[in-house]
Amino acid sequence: MEYQVLWFVLWGLLWAVYFMLDGFDFGTGMLQRLLSRSNTEKRIIINTIGPVWDGNEVWLITAGGATFAAFPAAYALMFSYLYSPLLIILFALIIRGVAFEFRGKGGTVAWERAWDTAIFFGSFIPSLLFGVAFGNLFQGLPMDESGYHGTLLSLLNPYGLLTGALFVLLFLEHGALWLALKTDGELAQRAERLSGRIWIVLFVVAVLFLIHTAFATKLYANFMNTPLWFIVPVAGAASLGAVRIYSTFRNYGRAFIASCVTIVMIVFTGIIGLYPNLMPSSIAPDHSLTIFNASSGIYTLKVMTAVVLLFVPVVIAYQIWIYRIFRSRVTDREIEDNREAY
Amino acid sequence: MDVVTLSRLQFAVTSMFHFIFVPLTLGLSVLIAYMETRYVRTGDIAWLRMTKFWGKLFLINFTLGIVTGITLEFQFGMNWAEYSRYVGDIFGAPLAIESTVAFFLESSFIGLWVFGWNKVSKKVHALSIWLVAFATNLSGLWILLANGWMQHPVGYEIRNGRAEMVDFIAMLTNPYGLLKFFHTIFSGYVIAAFFVMGISAWHLLKKRDQDLFRRSFRTAATFGLASSLLVFLVGDFHAAEVAKTQPAKFAAMESVWETQRAAPYHLLLVPDVANERNAVETVSVPKMLSFLAFHDGDAEVRGLKDFPKADRPPVLPVLAGFRGMAALGMFFMLLTLVAFILSRKDHMDSYPLFLRTMLWSLPLPYLAAQLGWIVAEVGRQPWIVYGMLRTSDAVSRSVSASQVAASLIGFTLLYGLLAVVDIYLLFKFARKGPDNDIGSMVRTARQEI
Repeated sequence: MEYQVLWFVLWGLLWAVYFMLDGFDFGTGMLQRLLSRSNTEKRIIINTIGPVWDGNEVWLITAGGATFAAFPAAYALMFSYLYSPLLIILFALIIRGVAFEFRGKGGTVAWERAWDTAIFFGSFIPSLLFGVAFGNLFQGLPMDESGYHGTLLSLLNPYGLLTGALFVLLFLEHGALWLALKTDGELAQRAERLSGRIWIVLFVVAVLFLIHTAFATKLYANFMNTPLWFIVPVAGAASLGAVRIYSTFRNYGRAFIASCVTIVMIVFTGIIGLYPNLMPSSIAPDHSLTIFNASSGIYTLKVMTAVVLLFVPVVIAYQIWIYRIFRSRVTDREIEDNREAY
Repeated sequence: MDVVTLSRLQFAVTSMFHFIFVPLTLGLSVLIAYMETRYVRTGDIAWLRMTKFWGKLFLINFTLGIVTGITLEFQFGMNWAEYSRYVGDIFGAPLAIESTVAFFLESSFIGLWVFGWNKVSKKVHALSIWLVAFATNLSGLWILLANGWMQHPVGYEIRNGRAEMVDFIAMLTNPYGLLKFFHTIFSGYVIAAFFVMGISAWHLLKKRDQDLFRRSFRTAATFGLASSLLVFLVGDFHAAEVAKTQPAKFAAMESVWETQRAAPYHLLLVPDVANERNAVETVSVPKMLSFLAFHDGDAEVRGLKDFPKADRPPVLPVLAGFRGMAALGMFFMLLTLVAFILSRKDHMDSYPLFLRTMLWSLPLPYLAAQLGWIVAEVGRQPWIVYGMLRTSDAVSRSVSASQVAASLIGFTLLYGLLAVVDIYLLFKFARKGPDNDIGSMVRTARQEI
């Protein structure tokens, strides 16, 4: 396999894993106020992601770094063309990160409420805008030899917004399942009930997304040429169905894993559809950035492949180990016992 | 202002802000790891209380370093697209490697450390803070190798209209990058030492928790003396490397206009940039500058007039930054030496004036570090990659001045607000002192066994 193709797959994988992991952090952050009935419950909710959100966010930094190292031309154009939405995402992520740390340290109710609001928007805005950004990437950006012709508002087109809504709902469902798994008592029951309701809306939006994709993008062309690839979106749909089935049997561990698979499969449906483009142009196909005209030299790709093959398995191993250490449900007794808890 | 100026200003604001929080993390993680190790080895609860007290301040500080770091990575693409396109083939690699080998380790194990007090054994818990300390310093290595490459590019060839990597090992062993790495991490250790000594001094002046803060002070004084000596020593080699590889920057650092052999060092010096000379040059040590630059008193030092005006960095900030940093560096060696001697026998309590000096000196290493970055980055101008790519050619073409102005204002407001909150919390918890709830400590300790 060519190195560019390998790196395209890795690139997709980094984004998929990022959304799979930070996705439930975002969902948890969006649901914190809605699901809680007391300050202790609010604390329990953020403490379920306390040990892991930071490690999850590093997948984003790595996805960005990998884009830079492997596809510098795409990194340059993608990040400068999408300047405003990325800026807003950055601000939101910054606010979310400090909110977790600062929330419990002020000592007044108003202080806690302010940071709860920050947690909500710091989780909702990136979910929406990452969706909008990927939706627009799937459609292609209005770019030609003279540069980029879009604006922040032109990104908020129907398909972009639909993809944004899809991301928000995927992460809400993911977060609700996470909380059903990681909390106990009434709080967990509330999360279970809500996950069932979100699922219905998510299902409708996912169907709309798959239909609209046929009209708004050229993603399905690759699937038509090689129908075997349809296995990926079908797996996505099946795992979304599995979320429902496992939830019915109240097996939220399996439901959560199914939700992970759904997210990864949806991202890869887009990745397969994009190939060989990284950034298609919607107005001048000749000016699309492909994995071949945007990539680094083979030497760099080889170096980076060696680094990834050596270190990413180690990263995955210790992250799984840490998830296992924190596998039990977070209870009120536990956060009262740990003074370092959020 | 134009896009280039605004983008430079934004990068300066966001990276200098980032570097308020990062260097403390570099050194304080090591000190906390040492404290927790002492606790694990001796079972002495005082070391545990120290670990928790400094750990709390560490985390308040750490968070801002983390969240402001993403901005820097994204900005290369957002504001410096032409730079990213031109050098991404070689410059992107250390950034990607940094997050793969260091950020994952750091962020995963800090989570285990904060939330894992009752979940893993004492040894594993202490190991997790050592891994955080290691990873933080390792991330410094990669980012400074990247910056070292911008200062002195190696291991590349210009092909296909861009710089392509041809020798990865050359970048890893770039002396400029390695010297910069050691100089920077030791400066972080000095900051951490002064942070711990300053806050301990405050508590000692108030006669609170004296045993705990004497121990903290003593630990930090030893660490601080070693690191202020090392940062100065490495700094000397670093300056020599600058003289060799970036002669225009070196000339600006010392305001040398004429190329000369056996150049003297002027202790007092006032540049007259308009007339390309120095208005005042006095208290001079013969041959000293040549010696400092090349470790040879008769060596030739190139002057700014050797370079076309378009290739010269601005003299004043680079000169003032360098002199300020060097003077502070000497002051730190003196202070830490006194601190080290006094703290051997816990005599520092008898010198309240000294304790007050240590308290008020707390911000100075921060200032020195910022000055150092001004020398490094302003001194590299007008190049973004020294001798290869001009800063003015590196900026994003699709981003407008008004967009950058808006984002610059946004960053300034947001970061300003975060700084106020963060510094408020640091003050609050630094004043509050260590947790006195021995019950919870003992419970924690028991559960760990």
